[in-house]
Amino acid sequence: MAHAGTLEIKNLNKQYTVKGEPLPVLENISLSIKPGEFVSIVGSSGCGKSTLLRLVIGLEQEYQGEILLDGKRIVGTSLDRGIVFQEHRLFPWLTVEQNVGVGLLNADLSPAQKKKTVDEHIALVGLKGFETAYPYQLSGGMSQRVAIARALVNRPEVLLLDEPFGALDALTRSHLQQELQRIWEAEGITAILVTHDVEEAVYLGDRVVVMQPRPGRIKRIVDVPLPRSRDRGSYAFSQIKDDVLSEFSDTPHSDVKLVTPQESLGANWQFAW
Amino acid sequence: MTTSTISSDASLPQLRRFDWRGLVLPAGFLLVWALVTALGWVNTKLIPPPQAVLSTAVSFIGKAQFFNGLGASLWRDLAGFAIGSLAGVVFGALLGVSRWAGRIVGPTFHTLKHIALFAWLPLISTWLGQGDAAKVLFIGLSAFYPVALGALEGVHGIARSQLEVARVYGFGRVQLLFKLILPGASPQILAGLHLALIYAWLATIGAEYLLAKSGPGIGDAVIQGKAAFDVPLVIFGMLLIGLVGALFNQIANRIEARLLRWRDARH
Ligand SMILES: Nc1ncnc2c1ncn2[C@@H]1O[C@H](COP(=O)(O)OP(=O)(O)OP(=O)(O)O)[C@@H](O)[C@H]1O
Ligand SMILES: [Mg+2]
Repeated sequence: MAHAGTLEIKNLNKQYTVKGEPLPVLENISLSIKPGEFVSIVGSSGCGKSTLLRLVIGLEQEYQGEILLDGKRIVGTSLDRGIVFQEHRLFPWLTVEQNVGVGLLNADLSPAQKKKTVDEHIALVGLKGFETAYPYQLSGGMSQRVAIARALVNRPEVLLLDEPFGALDALTRSHLQQELQRIWEAEGITAILVTHDVEEAVYLGDRVVVMQPRPGRIKRIVDVPLPRSRDRGSYAFSQIKDDVLSEFSDTPHSDVKLVTPQESLGANWQFAW
Repeated sequence: MTTSTISSDASLPQLRRFDWRGLVLPAGFLLVWALVTALGWVNTKLIPPPQAVLSTAVSFIGKAQFFNGLGASLWRDLAGFAIGSLAGVVFGALLGVSRWAGRIVGPTFHTLKHIALFAWLPLISTWLGQGDAAKVLFIGLSAFYPVALGALEGVHGIARSQLEVARVYGFGRVQLLFKLILPGASPQILAGLHLALIYAWLATIGAEYLLAKSGPGIGDAVIQGKAAFDVPLVIFGMLLIGLVGALFNQIANRIEARLLRWRDARH
């Protein structure tokens, strides 16, 4: 079902308007991702990583440049592209299995097939036994695992992950990293992972894209020509890791500024009718 | 399984044990009431003894007038509540969801809601007379406001980030309404419905008092009791009205707790 897509980003520029002033967020991003490739993106906070994923998933329409999937311009969202947001974004009124089922709401499957797929993915993220729990009964890491299951359940061609393991403990994190690698290999999907964790980026990525802030640009792309599964303790691994880390050393930390909260209450999302 | 322990809702209000200490004050009041009337310290024409109220209650409950009255009041109450709250959910949700409705209807709605509820009665009875139509409309209006406001608030409270999830999974309009907007707004809608249930009962009795001599009703019976200087009947009527209100409140509490069991009980 899922076949991998070629993702091409050409001369992408994106700016937000903040208090009437244009705020450039992404500048001249060009990146070509082969079918079935795994690309990691690292960069300091606020350098536009989430914005880049929002553009690829189709939640932002205004930008200059081109984003092409299999040669076709991306317009709006599609079930071919899945995303795990930085926050889990589960619906609190749905149980774990219902939340995962949201991913299949518009899938072309019979109810029995949907149930089976949902169960498989709940087991995959290690939440068997919690099918009927509500989000408030889960820890942050468990919620994030539900969100991962929800994104995977559709078997998307392209899977975008925005710091999906940030909230997890080290053990669960490394377990899920291996699971993600296994799923990616088994399904042959194209994956883009945003992370703060350089080791994670090198462990999972065929390439590591290093971004720099204000405006967000690609600083360097580091190849990771190591066979899988990778040995984090090996010399070659730590050499590549150090190489990526060296790109950060010249970023002054005083530069990091607060990301403005995007979430706001009130009637700020009304439909135009 | 693990879920059986974490999903137990032992903390829900209806399962709390009954606290008998709450009965101390009513019991004391009853005692004082019985004493002062028995000792003749008060005019028992104005303040009849408890046993007089009780015997009135017993004889009144046996009469057809009682059942017809209570039935008529409840029917009007529920009809008005159903119409008003349905209209309230639709109106409030539309106002919250649609930019045009918000801009065109919003200001008028937010101004009109300041008209005290009972101030509508003269106009309504001028149009529709004293009959059931006028009463049901008035009760409906009383239920409409809290539900509409609750639905509006609930829809406004839905996070943009959840709307994005709906977009990612390709929700259509109907799915958006039934899978995100209504469940997302349900805590505020239910709070509005709860308030509406209480307001509607107040409005039922109020309408029967003010639009009197118009068919059976529990408020009507009280008014007749007053006209006949039957104070025990007036007191019994009051107690009955309070009892029905308390019962509605209990039912609403239970339904709310059941439907909102997905919310953190610690809230
Ligand atoms: N809706 C918006 N309106 C205005 N500015 C925005 C908006 N969303 C993001 N920004 C700005 O764009 C910049 C990039 O934000 P983005 O969330 O993409 O960063 P990020 O790299 O994902 O950061 P982090 O690692 O902290 O998640 C930030 O400076 C942020 O303030
Ligand atoms: Mg981000």
